[in-house]
This record gives sequence, C-alpha cells and structure tokens, in this order.
Amino acid sequence: MSLTVKNLTKRFTARGTPAVSDVSFVAPTGGITTLLGPSGSGKSTVLRVIAGLEHPDGGQVMFGDRDFTHVPVQARGVGFVFQSYALFKHMTVRKNIAFGLSVRKASPKDIDAKVDELLSLVQLDGYGERYPNQLSGGQRQRIAFARALAIEPQVLLLDEPFGALDAQVRVELRAFLRRFHDQSHVTTLLVTHDQDEAMEVSDHVVVMSEGTVAQAGPPQEVYDRPATPFVAAFVGGANVLRGTVQAGRASVGAFAMDVPAGTDAPDGAAVHAFVRPHDVKLTKADSTSVVDESADVSVARVERMARLGGYVKLSLKLSDGASMTVQMPRAEVDSLGIGEGDLVMADLRAAKIFVEDYSI
Amino acid sequence: MSAVRPPVQSSRDGAAPAVVGPLSSGPADAPLSLGNPATLPPIRKRPTAAGPARHLLTGLSVGYVVLLLGAPVVAIAVRAFAEGPGAFLHALFNSGGASALAMSAGLALGATVVNTVFGVIVAWVLTRDRFWGRSFLNALVDLPFAISPVIVGFSLILLFGPHGWLGGLSRWTGIKVVFALPGMALATVFVSLPFIVREVGLVLAEISREQEEAAFTLGASPLRTFFQVTLPNIRFGLLTGILLTVARCLGEFGAILVVSGGVAGMTETGTLFVFRSLEDRRDLSAYAMAVTLASISILLIVALEMLKRRQHRQTGPGRGGASGARTTTS
Repeated sequence: MSLTVKNLTKRFTARGTPAVSDVSFVAPTGGITTLLGPSGSGKSTVLRVIAGLEHPDGGQVMFGDRDFTHVPVQARGVGFVFQSYALFKHMTVRKNIAFGLSVRKASPKDIDAKVDELLSLVQLDGYGERYPNQLSGGQRQRIAFARALAIEPQVLLLDEPFGALDAQVRVELRAFLRRFHDQSHVTTLLVTHDQDEAMEVSDHVVVMSEGTVAQAGPPQEVYDRPATPFVAAFVGGANVLRGTVQAGRASVGAFAMDVPAGTDAPDGAAVHAFVRPHDVKLTKADSTSVVDESADVSVARVERMARLGGYVKLSLKLSDGASMTVQMPRAEVDSLGIGEGDLVMADLRAAKIFVEDYSI
Repeated sequence: MSAVRPPVQSSRDGAAPAVVGPLSSGPADAPLSLGNPATLPPIRKRPTAAGPARHLLTGLSVGYVVLLLGAPVVAIAVRAFAEGPGAFLHALFNSGGASALAMSAGLALGATVVNTVFGVIVAWVLTRDRFWGRSFLNALVDLPFAISPVIVGFSLILLFGPHGWLGGLSRWTGIKVVFALPGMALATVFVSLPFIVREVGLVLAEISREQEEAAFTLGASPLRTFFQVTLPNIRFGLLTGILLTVARCLGEFGAILVVSGGVAGMTETGTLFVFRSLEDRRDLSAYAMAVTLASISILLIVALEMLKRRQHRQTGPGRGGASGARTTTS
C-alpha cells in the first residue's frame, strides 16, 4: 500500500506561519521512506496528520488510491511508534501487543498465536509476562514495534523511534529495523533528524525544512546532488564557504571555481560553496609552493588534528581566514606526513556552488 | 505536598558527599579484630545538619504535631471510655447517634460518588483541553478551600430559601432543599469538590498523552481508551482523591449546620450530633461520637499512607500525587 500526501497544510495558530505548508510526497509500497529534517521542520506534524492524530487545514492523505483525509484515527489501520515508546505501563508485554487485536475482537487463540509470532519477530520470546518497566529502552521500543505491527497496519509510522536511546542501542536498532522491515514489508514512514539513520535504513528520503519539502529522492542522490544550500549543509555536514561571482567564476576566498552551467550571474552576486569534510583532497605544501590562482586549490594551515579511530579530523585555516573541517583516512594522513601547524594544499574541486538569488 | 520518599534519598540528596573513611568515626586506632562488633567500621553515617540545631528542629516538629493534633484525640478517647465500653455504646446509640452516623455516611457516599464522576471529568478537561476561561475554571475549583463552609451554607439558603433566586424551582418541583437532605447533600458536594479534581489532575498532567494516542491508533474508541488506558494510569491519584473526599465529607460541619436546621434524627449528621450533645450537656455522647468519627478518619489516613507506599513501589520515586496535603477545617 503506497502512501501519498498532497499539498498538506497545518496551522497550530490561526494567524501564525503554518507548521506544515503545501507538503507533497509519495512513500512507495513496501519501502522505508524517511522524513529528514531539523527539529521544528514540521516532519512530526506531517506524521501525526497521516496517522489521524492531527487534522490538516488543507491537503489530502491517500493510502493506495483511497482518500483517508477524513477517516478517524481508529479506522485508519496505521501502526504508530512513539519516541517515548508509549507502552501501556500497567499491562504486561503480552497484553500490550494484544491490545489492538482485542479491540478488534480476535479470538483468544488467534491473539496468542499472533503475539508469540511477533515476540519472536522482535527477538523477545519469553518476555511476554514482564511489565514495560522491567525492560531496557531498546527492548521497550521493540515491543512498541510489535504492538504496532500486531494490527497488520496499512502503513507503519515511526516518530523518532530511536531518539530516546543511547548511541550503541540506536545503531543496533537501526539494523533491527531494516531486518524487521525486510520480513514484514509494510510501507514505512520514518521521522528522524539523524541523517546517518536516514542514509542507513531508507529507500527514499524526503528532506524537510521550515514546513516544506526541500528535496526528495533516493538517499544517495540527495547526498550527492543536494538541490538547495539547506540540503547540502544539513545532509552530510558540509563546510560552507562564502564568496562572490567575479568574471563569470565563483571567487571564494583564495580560490576560484566555475559556477554551475546556466547560471547567468553578474559580478558581485553572492555564492556559497559547499564541500564535505571527506571530499577535500590534501597534499603537503610549504611556503615555496606555487599556487595557481585559477586552480580550485587553496593553501591552508592545519590548526588541529583529532585522531578518531580509523580516520582523522583536521581543522584547517584557509589563507583568507575561513576555517574548514576535513576528514581523511588515518593511513592517508600518515603517508602524507601532515602534522599540526603544517601547510597543506586543499583541493576543493568537489565543492558544490550555489549562486544566491540576486536582484538587478 | 511531597511524595513519600525512601529514607535513603535524603543521604543521596545531601549536599555533603559524605565520604566517611572506614575508621574515621570508629574508635580511634582500634585494631580490627574479627568477631568484635565494637571495632568494626560503622555503617556510613548520613550527613546531617549541625547537631544541636538539628535536634532542636526535630524536637520542635514532633512536639508541635503531637501536642496540637495528638493530645486532643487522646484526651477525647480517654474521656469517652472513662465509664467503660458499655457506657460508651449506650451514650452513642441511645440518643440518635446511629441515625446521625448513618446520615454522615450516606452524605459522604453520595457526595463522593458525584465528585468522583465530575471530578475526573473536570480534571481531564483542565489538563487535556485548551479553551477560553480555562485558568478561571482552574482557579474556581479551589474556591471551597478558600471560603468558609458557613458561607457556603448561607449562600445555599440565599439560593434555595423561600425568597431565594431558585426558591421558585424548589416550590414548583415540590422538593424541599434548605433545611432538608438535598441542601445538605449540595453543601457536602460543594465543600469536597476540589480533592479529586486536584489529585487526578496532577497524575493526568504527568502521564503522557501518547499512551492514549497509541490506543487510538490501535483502534480503541475514546471511551475504551479512558477505561483501559487512562483510568489504570490515574488509579492511585483517584483513590487518594476519593479517600480525602470521604474524610472531608465526614468532617463537614459549618455548611451543614447552616443549611440543615439540625433536626435530631432527621437532618442530623455525626458532627452536628457532637455539637447538640455538648449543648445538651450530654458530654459522654459527644465524646463517643467524636471518637467514632476520629477513628474513621484515622483509618482513612492509614489507608492513604498504605496506598502511597504501594504507589511508590509500583511507579518509583518522585511520582506521588499531592496526597494528603490539603485539608481544611470546617
């Protein structure tokens, strides 16, 4: 069952800016789609509108080709997983998972069979008689998944499901989610602000910013070809360098780059160059190195080096004073023989240039 | 207002880190020998405020509470049983005490049922709903704490008396309100209204809306969600509120006195019985009824204390309601 959202708008105050404004996207059947954005971008609101927990001020929610915009939450058949787990504290794990089935008046035999099946799917066989407060955070969230799946939902909606867990459990549960999804194949919509999570588990990413969709597409495409400066900065943690257009080229600090084809920008228009920490190539330089001003290369000084296991994080200061973060494999840094205080040549050819809107 | 906390908490919360060396407060330089408990290192002492000041405060608190609250109860109990249990029972039951107790119990039961239903609804609306005038309603709920019960009784007479605004209603339906049971019931409901609203409101505000929302997405109707998800979550707060309400109803005097007219055997409650007995110089009857009412209240307090402990065990520290904090005199 695919999920389609059309021109969704939601306001929480009558006159204020809408929390969600004209949002449209499709979550394809049987895939994991991620709504990725910073807090306040309206992604959770979209999810709650889809679930029927909020009523939209405009737009449509479709499951398959049926319009569900005005169907009450109880009749939508959605599985919803909350960041806070929202397990029923006074019920055992078994009763929690069975809740949706007993609402549907399933026979006790069917309920038992289904609960056992789900417990083994989330790898918590034998935990049925425990209470939620006797489980760890990761276990609780797995029970919340099982409870949501018990009703065989048309779509599974996950609202920052790993947000309350510590880093290690979070990584484990991501892998769990992917495995779990490959077995259940239910159309899933995941809300997160964590781009690693989005990249790792999703088939399709919808990047949201200030209540609107900034870009939608497969994760790799969003990462490689960001459509807006916001996406470039938010997905992948790119360095942002500012400059202006000069003689048809983007002049950013001490180096110049070609502006994107088709951009007919006059001299003086502002440009932003985005380059990801691991897309910068470094070579060792010294004070006698000749810098070709027309090349996409800049001299920089290594201010600080942090060795983080397999890779090294270098903080550079460019010759014009701008700072930049570079990430390189440890072996590469060692073979170059770079140390703190050294001069390096930073190759910025991978940078993506955005020319800002300009007025004449 | 505070929840019951386990005693160990105070040592954890204490400002001083209390790193007491194994022998620092034991006998100086005493050699450790197995089997001699006197030389074993003492168990970590709780950090305390400066000794004398702290003892003074403890003494003051104990003295204040015991003298002010305990002494009168003991005095009455001693006097009530001074002539033996036979005289006690005779004094209680041979002058209309039984019907007065029944009246008190009936009023308490009725008012508690009404305030349980409406108290939960009002608490739910106050915590879950946002509407114009919410804070006004919120403040209004505390009115019975703020105004004297005598005034409550008086205002009921003004409303339902022969010349009152609603006196016509009373005449038209043929239901006598003032100087009759309906007026007493109204007064009791009024004075005991805030307890359940406040207790339940506190717990409701604490439990997340998300459990209810989860139930909705699983297909449960709002009514089913209330009974299967919300109610079990607020049960301790609700029970606390109910116990406080019962205690408050049994103790009500001023409003009932004004509105009932105090007809023995007809509109007399336990507290009015005590009052009338004292006026009629039947002191033993007064003592006997006072002891009976006090015993019921003490039982309620004990029940409340046990409830708080159970709640503490089930939900962990820091989740108690505002149990037993608010009481008013009548």
